[in-house]
Amino acid sequence: MTDILPEHDSNLPPREVADVMPPHAHSWIGKYVFSQDAKYIAIQYSGTAAAIGLVALVLSWLMRLQLGFPGLFDFITPEAYYQFVTMHGMIMVIYLLTAIFLGGFGNYLIPLMVGARDMVFPFVNMLSYWIYLLAVLVLVASFFVPGGPTGAGWTLSPPQAVLSGTPGGAQSGIILMLVSLILFIIGFTMGGLNYAVTVLQARTRGMTMMRLPLTVWGIFTATVMALLAFPALFVACVMMLFDRLLGTSFFMPTLVELGEKLSYGGGSPIAFQHLFWFFGHPEVYIVALPAFGIVSDLIAVHARKNVFGYRMMVWAIVIIGALSFIVWAHHMYVSGMHPWFGFFFATTTLIIAIPTAIKVYNWILTLWKGDIHLTLPMLFALGFIVTFVNGGLTGLFLGNVVVDVPLSDTMFVVAHFHMVMGVAPIMVIFGAIYHWYPKITGRMLNEAMGQIHFWVTFIGAYAVFFPMHYVGLVGVPRRYFEIGEPAFLTAPVDGLNAFISSAALIVGAVQVLFLFNIFWSLRHGLAAGGNPWRATSLEWQTPETPPRHGNWGDDLPNVYRWAYDYSVPGAPKDYVAQNDPWVPDSGGRRL
Amino acid sequence: MLIAVVLVLIVAGSVAFHLYSPWWWTPIASNWDYIDNTLVITFWITGAVFAAVVLFTAYCVWKFRHRPGHKAEFDPENKRLEWWLTAVTAVGVAAMLVPGLFVWKQFVTVPANASELEVFGQQWNWAYRLPGADGVLGTADAEWVSGENPLGVNPHDRFGKDDLIIEGGEVYLPVDQPVKLLLRSIDVLHNFYVPEFRAKMDMVPGMVTYIWFTPTRTGNFEALCAEYCGTAHPFMRGFVTVVEAAEYQEWLQEQLTFEDYARTASEPATRLAER
Repeated sequence: MTDILPEHDSNLPPREVADVMPPHAHSWIGKYVFSQDAKYIAIQYSGTAAAIGLVALVLSWLMRLQLGFPGLFDFITPEAYYQFVTMHGMIMVIYLLTAIFLGGFGNYLIPLMVGARDMVFPFVNMLSYWIYLLAVLVLVASFFVPGGPTGAGWTLSPPQAVLSGTPGGAQSGIILMLVSLILFIIGFTMGGLNYAVTVLQARTRGMTMMRLPLTVWGIFTATVMALLAFPALFVACVMMLFDRLLGTSFFMPTLVELGEKLSYGGGSPIAFQHLFWFFGHPEVYIVALPAFGIVSDLIAVHARKNVFGYRMMVWAIVIIGALSFIVWAHHMYVSGMHPWFGFFFATTTLIIAIPTAIKVYNWILTLWKGDIHLTLPMLFALGFIVTFVNGGLTGLFLGNVVVDVPLSDTMFVVAHFHMVMGVAPIMVIFGAIYHWYPKITGRMLNEAMGQIHFWVTFIGAYAVFFPMHYVGLVGVPRRYFEIGEPAFLTAPVDGLNAFISSAALIVGAVQVLFLFNIFWSLRHGLAAGGNPWRATSLEWQTPETPPRHGNWGDDLPNVYRWAYDYSVPGAPKDYVAQNDPWVPDSGGRRL
Repeated sequence: MLIAVVLVLIVAGSVAFHLYSPWWWTPIASNWDYIDNTLVITFWITGAVFAAVVLFTAYCVWKFRHRPGHKAEFDPENKRLEWWLTAVTAVGVAAMLVPGLFVWKQFVTVPANASELEVFGQQWNWAYRLPGADGVLGTADAEWVSGENPLGVNPHDRFGKDDLIIEGGEVYLPVDQPVKLLLRSIDVLHNFYVPEFRAKMDMVPGMVTYIWFTPTRTGNFEALCAEYCGTAHPFMRGFVTVVEAAEYQEWLQEQLTFEDYARTASEPATRLAER
């Protein structure tokens, strides 16, 4: 089933499905608003995700202002602070990272990389975006309702999420949050079915599963995981909405609030946490696996070398995806669940470190004896390796149940997950944008602005999150509006917090330069040509750049090899495209 | 080439920060130095791996940088090397997991001679309950909570009548005596967290959770809430004062039983003044 080495393969399997050009839209609205072209939907998804991501960025500034300079800003009340924290987390995880990796990169790259004309269900794909946009608008609306957005923390744990002691709990903030999540999941499901079915059914002739670029493997596996994990969040949101609006008690035991006995009784707050983390842990890998896949391709292309251990890389993605469904309760070691669960979940959690480590080794072994071009995508890929290894290793503290006990719910956790699923995947997103922008627009992003963007982001983000581990190690809990000066602090954390906040402000500011670069280069960037990185995968072999609706001209490409024929001995160039029928042992004879 | 230098500096800077910065955990005051030891082992293993991986990456970036005429090697896979790396990783992971699980076994196994202390959380303060002369805590539930019965002790349970009710956020513990904390909340999630004791656990309304530890030195330790519980979460503080056995007995004598508490509580003016 594997054929990763270039070999003579003139006997392509016959086409199973007829090649049908999807109908072109003729109206302006059909082309640019209600577009059914996956490439355009990808840009809509990415643009919306970036816009709401900017909101999350500003919220992170506001919360860092409070932590770094407590008392200096009167308008940051505890209520506001918790609203900032909650909205920042929720937007980043769901509405930015999930949306941009799957809705953005998934839509753009899957059809091009597998050699399809479009997603298999273009109309449903369009609906997916518009429901996502509606989910974002509902989320934004919660900033403008009385009481403001929910301040329940992104984990939304009941009972506090629906009670009056939490901002937005007794008003509409929490309701809009839950409705928005429900909409997001509906929208995602429409897109997700598309991505999965397109990979399984619409690959062009010769494109076997084991010839797919790792980008597609990452996005495909993440999509399948998301289709299995999001329903848990969906039902949890619906049940909490019932608790809040209809007076059911799924997650609500007998409660006394402000001396008043409430009408709830018999429910279980821990049941919500199980549902949430049954979604929430796969979610980490739903964000990480596309990043794993994309970064593998960035490293291979820019080091001019085949991905080392392709088959192992594919299996590692699949195994990580499967294992991530049986580790969720490592988020709940101190939740009050039965303590014996700790043995099981610590073991599964640490086992997942093994395939993850294999991926790291193979990235670095891809660099080994490569021809490393320090382009912007390569720099961001290197930044990813450092931050991912750092964040992954601190996961071994938190996954190892008893080590987690003193660290759980402290700033150490915040530092860990920001490093591993914040900074690291975002490094990949940036690298990927520098890499594929030329295909999307036909122009290169400005190099000088890109260099500033990389160095400030990479060093700045490390300066934010590395020291933050030690704030947690000292004992400062997370979600603290202010810590004061309790006696257990071995050294005051004020100075360190001010340093972290200053670095965070700078890192945030440089993203404005990146956005400027995106728009500036549309007009002023150097012309890129069709394949500026001399890459092998199919998206670089389109007849036009940017690719038109339908992607390929009259004929779909035929695929003769895997995506990693770089620096093949005897080849005329240092890369052989996937649709190039060159045969090595015949001295380059063309078929 | 700047990137290779920066990668080396990141490793050097991170190690230096770890070794020389003043931010480290607070000195321990319980038996859970096992946890600290496991944590230190984990720091050593992960620190070594981090340094090795990043330094090796830096070396590759420098050694195999693009130069005119330089060409990459075509090297798809190496089964032997991949299996070796997998095996070494598995051993490293086991070296952290196995001691971790041994300590966890201790962590969840409460010694038979542990005394009991109920910690009670509600937005946003702590209260405590100790078994009275009969040595047994009476049952309790949010169902029974009222002005005269803030902890919800079951008034029909004879074991509860002599329980000691301790409000005001501070509790005493005798040194070197294992204690099992029974954690209870009547509104939202809380988490009783004394950094010096290392142990922490959520309290969940509708159920009773527990942790145990042995205080190993006397002193006054601040208790924090470590599970987000609403707007005043960071201000939910309490104190645990660890004292010698004799002093502990003196303190015990000053505490009100549930019965006495209910009696004084029927005079609301006094209660309000006390609060």
